[in-house]
Amino acid sequence: MALHHREAAPVTQVEIDLTINGENHQLVVDTRISLLDLLRERLGLTGAKKGCDHGQCGACTVLLDGRRANACLALAVAHDGSEVTTIEGLATGDQLHPLQEAFIEHDAFQCGYCTPGQICSAAGFIDELDEAVDGPLSDDLIRERMSGNICRCGAYPNIVSAIREVASARSGAAERVGGAA
Amino acid sequence: MTPVSAATIDGLRRIEGRDKVTGAARYAYEQQIEGVATAVAVTSTIAKGRIHGFDAGETLAHPRVLEVLTYENAPRVAEDADSEPELAVLQTSAVAYHGQVVALVIAETLEAAREGARLLAVEYREQTPDVELSDSHPGLYKPDKVNAGFPTDEGTGDPDRALEKADLVVDAVYSTPNDHNQPMEPHATVATWSDDGHLTLYDSTQGAPMAANSVSKILGVDSGRVRIISHHVGGGFGSKGTPRPNVILAALAAQALGRPVKLALTRQQLFTMVGYRTPTIQRVRLGANADGTLTALVHEAFEQSSTIKEFAEQTTTCSRVMYASPNRRTAHRLVRLDVPTPSWKRAPGEAPGMFALESAIDELAVAAGMDPIALRIANEPDVEPETGRRFSSRNLVACLREGARQFGWDERDPTPGVRREGRFLVGSGVAASTYPARRQPSSATARANDDGTYLVRIGAADIGTGARTALTRIAATALDVDPSRVVVEIGDSALPFAMLAGGSMGTASWGSAVVKACRALVEQGGGEVEVDTKEEVAADADLAKHGFGAQFAQVRVDIDSGETRVDRMLGVFAVGKVIEPRLARSQLIGGMVMGLGMALMEEAILDPRTGATVNHDFAGYHVPVNADVTDVEATWIEEEDAELNPMGSKGIGEIGITGAPAAIANAVFHATGRRVRDLPIRLDRLL
Repeated sequence: MALHHREAAPVTQVEIDLTINGENHQLVVDTRISLLDLLRERLGLTGAKKGCDHGQCGACTVLLDGRRANACLALAVAHDGSEVTTIEGLATGDQLHPLQEAFIEHDAFQCGYCTPGQICSAAGFIDELDEAVDGPLSDDLIRERMSGNICRCGAYPNIVSAIREVASARSGAAERVGGAA
Repeated sequence: MTPVSAATIDGLRRIEGRDKVTGAARYAYEQQIEGVATAVAVTSTIAKGRIHGFDAGETLAHPRVLEVLTYENAPRVAEDADSEPELAVLQTSAVAYHGQVVALVIAETLEAAREGARLLAVEYREQTPDVELSDSHPGLYKPDKVNAGFPTDEGTGDPDRALEKADLVVDAVYSTPNDHNQPMEPHATVATWSDDGHLTLYDSTQGAPMAANSVSKILGVDSGRVRIISHHVGGGFGSKGTPRPNVILAALAAQALGRPVKLALTRQQLFTMVGYRTPTIQRVRLGANADGTLTALVHEAFEQSSTIKEFAEQTTTCSRVMYASPNRRTAHRLVRLDVPTPSWKRAPGEAPGMFALESAIDELAVAAGMDPIALRIANEPDVEPETGRRFSSRNLVACLREGARQFGWDERDPTPGVRREGRFLVGSGVAASTYPARRQPSSATARANDDGTYLVRIGAADIGTGARTALTRIAATALDVDPSRVVVEIGDSALPFAMLAGGSMGTASWGSAVVKACRALVEQGGGEVEVDTKEEVAADADLAKHGFGAQFAQVRVDIDSGETRVDRMLGVFAVGKVIEPRLARSQLIGGMVMGLGMALMEEAILDPRTGATVNHDFAGYHVPVNADVTDVEATWIEEEDAELNPMGSKGIGEIGITGAPAAIANAVFHATGRRVRDLPIRLDRLL
């Protein structure tokens, strides 16, 4: 096998503006950096996890302009001006988000590595219920819409019961969970 | 069955739960270390041969790239590191498998390191690899021992003759594929050397103290100079049981650069660099009288390891424990191929072995026209078949009966392939579970604080098992105080030396030390005590100690596509005293879910020409997702066993995966009339 040379891609830095958990950040970023790596490598926000870096596991799920998104598939530079909510931004002071409470109460995690993604994904899912595209709330609907978030510990039955509790208790569209503040 | 919710089960909430749901829990890679550089590993693109040369020019010219380490310039490891060839990284030009680490690129940022890795040119002299396991491979041999020190072969009587004379014979070959742990947190390490030669590693490990000892040996550093900190571990399932290449790579890079270095493996790299379950080919022969009592049991396994390290899974040891038979032979044969080195995956031995044995038992029940539960009960041994030792406790029959009651087994018509619901064929199956109950010496300290709280310290690990919480409960019980007054510190090699989280021995090993420390503290009336359990463990009664269980599955199979869906799973276990019921249920369910994956989807495929793992990500290697897990429930019977440890507990981390694939395969047979003997039960295997 002969040595084959690859050509280096140009490195470009771009200035962007992001609101993360309600706080404004003006950042100069490498255009190659994903939103996930920006959070984890630059801002110390390691709540969003890297499980696969290919959008296949959901551990990096955050709320991007109110919708759940795989932060590993989002290039930071493409989201200039966006609002991002990570797991660190879900609680209000010491008051946990109802999903965070429910995950503890229902033992909906073991190793905890997929958990921030599960919870952000569940928050996004509950907001999507308003759109009612998949019919009313049911365990099957939870399972289907949460299948982008892999839990290798196999906590799925407990994840479903935690989300069911929060989603059923939610009164109509009055209180949007986890969306932009 | 009424659905159970963890929220209604009494017991402690996970102690680190709040940190995990808020994102405050920092895993290895996430430690904030001043001046840390970032490394990316480069892996081989051939399966056998030598590295002929590197061209690192483009890499080193790339902005913010700091260094490229290869076998040509990496710091040397200790000479006796040969005993751990997987950890002697960047020391040789030889390539033993596709996906073996050949270089490390270190840069100021992850983006630069990744681009630098992409730009690195590696030239190889390639040889034709041999990567395919078969039961007639000329390289098959008999290893001296199999994993965990079990004898390679054993048996009694004359099984061949018994098979000739048997009324009923099952003779079948089963196979399980190359099967991966894939914890959600990829293996990762942050390494820092101090000026005076102390190495601190934040690592994702199942046992910081034992890992620190291994690392010190590999690097040739005094063991007191290596500290591993591992407060939170994002799953392991065996793959983080001992140090993996990432630990040594990070340490060598930090040494070479003279600054801290962090390294996380990629998901793809987990398919080659951190171990996996060997594929197995298993021939099981059962001979029985017309009434279903076994007269012969032969279980032979063929499996693989890499060319650089022998790992022999103990696939047939379950057949030395499960059923009485006057004639028995169990054996393992291994072949060394140009493949990644296999290692521990949840229930090594029992997971693949019980698929074959419990499928064969089901086949025998069909041949005998007997209910498979009745057949199992008819073959209950009085003593452990291999050794003749008494069981400290054995409640398989109680699990089968209780499971049958809860599952509604008695209403089942055994006729296969006759239940049609819309476009599905429906069926149910049962299989037994088993896993050894062992413990190892550990040490711990306990201290009474002035404010009425207690501090217990032990080098244990919580990889998601709930160890931190269970040990808090164990300590509080031994101290006779409320758990809120106990703080348990784990996850650091600087803590008292303890067994790793493996072999389902964690709680039994650590709990024994914690109980001893707490009782000694009470006796002493305060202050601080340090204990170890070497004497207690050495004095353990020589008995057969195993957990048992019964698993039931209900499946439906799409008549057009052959897709199998599991509608219901129930596991009933006999695992001694259950310490923290909420968490125990979760862990048992987790094992069953991984068993569901093993049954229906998990399978890594090596290209036979190149040795490359072709489906090396979650798009290609499927694990169960939420929609695959409809109704999985785990419960247990009360089991008293005073001959295990002070808690009376048996490990529960692994037993859940054992038997689950067979229960599903047996249900698929009941649904369709098709016996699938090769895992996973893919659609094409039912068409």
